[in-house]
This record gives sequence, structure tokens and C-alpha cells, in this order.
Amino acid sequence: MRIRVVLPAHLRTLARVDGEVELDLDGHPTQRLVLDALEARYPMLRGTIRDHATLRRRAFVRFFACERDLSHDSPDAPLPEPVASGAEPFMVVGAMAGG
Amino acid sequence: MSEVRVLVGTRKGAFVLKSDENRKKWKVSGPQFAGWEIYHLKGSPADPDRVYASQSSGWFGQLIQRSDDGGETWEPMGNEFQYDGDAGTHQWYDGTPHPWEFARVWHLEPSLADPDTVYAGVEDAALFRSEDGGKSWRELPGLRTHESGPSWQPGAGGLCLHTILIDPTDPERMFIAISAAGVFRTEDGGGTWRPANRGLKSEGLPEPEAQVGHCVHRIAMHPSRPNVLFMQKHWDVMRSDDGGESWREVSGNLPSDFGFPIHVHAHEPDTIYVVPIKSDSEHYPPDGKLRVYRSRQGGDEWEPLTKGLPQKNCYVNVLRDSMAVDALDDCGVYFGTTGGQVYASADGGDSWSPIVRDLPPVLSVEVQTL
Repeated sequence: MRIRVVLPAHLRTLARVDGEVELDLDGHPTQRLVLDALEARYPMLRGTIRDHATLRRRAFVRFFACERDLSHDSPDAPLPEPVASGAEPFMVVGAMAGG
Repeated sequence: MSEVRVLVGTRKGAFVLKSDENRKKWKVSGPQFAGWEIYHLKGSPADPDRVYASQSSGWFGQLIQRSDDGGETWEPMGNEFQYDGDAGTHQWYDGTPHPWEFARVWHLEPSLADPDTVYAGVEDAALFRSEDGGKSWRELPGLRTHESGPSWQPGAGGLCLHTILIDPTDPERMFIAISAAGVFRTEDGGGTWRPANRGLKSEGLPEPEAQVGHCVHRIAMHPSRPNVLFMQKHWDVMRSDDGGESWREVSGNLPSDFGFPIHVHAHEPDTIYVVPIKSDSEHYPPDGKLRVYRSRQGGDEWEPLTKGLPQKNCYVNVLRDSMAVDALDDCGVYFGTTGGQVYASADGGDSWSPIVRDLPPVLSVEVQTL
């Protein structure tokens, strides 16, 4: 199953990718499976989206998809079908807090 | 011909400034890590091409970057800073217990002998060490778990370990400083630590001469005299001649003894530099005049150095890690400001000129003499 992930600009720079990231997953995607696969492919992203030890989402990071805020969903909840099918991306977003 | 490389960390990226030994024409490159806070960059004394950088952001946390070509290219290293065991609590601003939480790396101090060994001073205050070039980090918990730890409290910038001095004659002997806990010394490579604050007096403490709790802003040492330490405290400039066993005030005729950086001349162990700041709430120079003060007697008697520095309407600050010296015969002195200027003097402070005027606020300045 190939899904699409959109990273914020600073994390794209860090991971040295342009545009969206495509990840192949086994099984229906969840936040945890997506982030596990993302960090396995791009180890430099470890700790930047979720805490190393607790795996909790960092406070200024949000997860959106299909025009919904999934930030507070369980990390093991299935992501929406359009994300699973690759029709819609899973978006990692930096909180709107310029600085 | 020698070359000088100035490593500048700012609120929005890192810059590398290069010149030859004349230090007149400079090449400015950067920003590296654009948009990220770069609290500190420092090169390895054992391999000057090896440079470590602390990169952080409120959104995405802490990263450690390493260059093996003098800052031209960088690779992200390990960024897992886990306190050893149950981290416990320190004192919060209001005096209540507050859990120890990692926020960022303030200072990176490479080993004097091994390019792969580097220390990291972090907020909330603790000391970490990497022995594999920054790939992995392990806390030296003897410091944080000192019996006084639960009483440490953050300064305005956080509970930060900001200074790490390694004794060149004995790498097992180190001094660190924490705002606001004070100076600690180890003789066993970081296993055990003793407070080294006798003689300090801080009116903000219920017991002004307490063993621990002082807001030490920076300490400095000349490598030829590891038992002589200089300190810029929140208020007061101090000196120790016995490796931190005791301190005496050497503020002398300074117009204000509040400030952040303190540094020692490369070749004259009793020539020291500070930048007086008006007060703890007015973080700018007294009278709007940016003046470096130099003492050639290791304190007590100070002279203002003003040539080339703005002497009216100047309201910038100079942060604690934002001053450094080079090792050329006529010692160069450098400092960066929160207004984005990096000033250089190629004559020990007698005269100054800006290398660059409009960087983001400067957090740190280090110099490599190549």
C-alpha cells in the first residue's frame, strides 16, 4: 500500500526531499505505521515529529488529512480510506505560530 | 598564511565568516540551517575541520549537526538526549517542584584531544557526552543528581548548562556553570561533582551566600592557568585563583557589573574582557554606548574600549556565548550582538569594526585559528 506524506518545509530540507514523500506500508495505515516508516526511511527525522522515548507528538506539530485534524486521534486508529489509497496525503504540519 | 574562521550561531541559522591573518577582508557564508535557532557551533581543537552545531526549533526540537570539512557541508547526527533514570524535579520560578524536561542544547564542547568526543550542556541542566562523533549521547548523571539538584531554579533563559571548561592539564577535571545553580567542578571526568561557589553573593537568594543557586552567566579560563577562573555573574564580575574553591569580586570601576560574556586574551592570561549591560531588566549597554571593558590586571581596574563601536543610541545585548578570541600574535577579539552585528578587533580590543552588520540576533561566536 503506497501512501503520500506531506512534510513541512524545514523537515523536507532536513530529510533532503522535494515535494511529497511516498511510503509503502504493509496493512492499513495508522499514524504510528506512517511515522515508523517515515523515520525508518529518513532517520534524521527521528525526534522532530514525535518524542524519541514516549513517541508522543511534539506540541507544535499537527497531523491533518482529508481536511480533518487527526492530531488527537489514537496513533493506532486507521487513517481515512483516501489516505490509505493514496488519493489524499497525510500531512505533518507545523503549528501556525510564526517566529 | 594563517586563516581565521568565525562560527556564528543566530536565531535563524548559522554563518561562517572567514579572513586571512590580516583580518581586514571577510567572506561571509550562510545561512546554514536557515530558520532554525543555532545556539552554538564549535570546532574540535584536535581536528579543526570537525565542527559541531546545535540546531533547534520550538516546532521540531533538537538536532545535532556535524561538519567534517570546516562548515562547508553538514550531516545530522544523533539527537536523543534522555536523562538517566527518573529525572526528578528542580525548582520552578515560583519555588514549586517542576519535572526535569529536556529543551535544547546550549553549548557543545569538543574534547581537547579526541575529535569524536564532545560534551553537550543542555536545558534543563545536565551534561551529556558523545564518544562517537555525536551519533549517540549519554548523560553524566552525577551532576544533575547532585544533592542540591532539586533546589536549582531556571534563570530567565531557562535552567541551562551553558559553560563547559576542560582543564588542558587534566581532562578529567572540568568546570561547568548553570543558570541558576552556579559552578560545579569534577575531578573524575564527570562522575562526581562539587559546587564551587564560595564567595559568590546573590541578593535574589534567601541566603545570599548559599553554596548553590547563583545565576552564573559565564566562566572563562586561560589554558596556561587552569586554576585561575573568571566569572561574569548575573551581577558581579568575579575571580578565583584556586580552581573555584573561593571567589572574590573584581568588578572594580566597571560602569555596571551586570553582563553576560567574559573572555581571556589568547596570550595574556591576566587580560580579560567583559561587556557591561545596564541591568537585569534593561538588557542593553549603559548610556546607549556599546563598550567592551578590558582589564590587564585580571580584574579590579578596567578600561573602556570604544573605538569603532557605536557610542550613542545603541541598545543591543551581547549574550554569554557571543564572545571569542583568535590565537594570532596580535590577539583578535570578536563578539556578536542581538542586533545582528559581529564586531572584530585585530589589536586586542583597541579598535573595532563590524565584519557583518545585519545578521539575525547572534546567540554564539566561536573562532578557529587555522
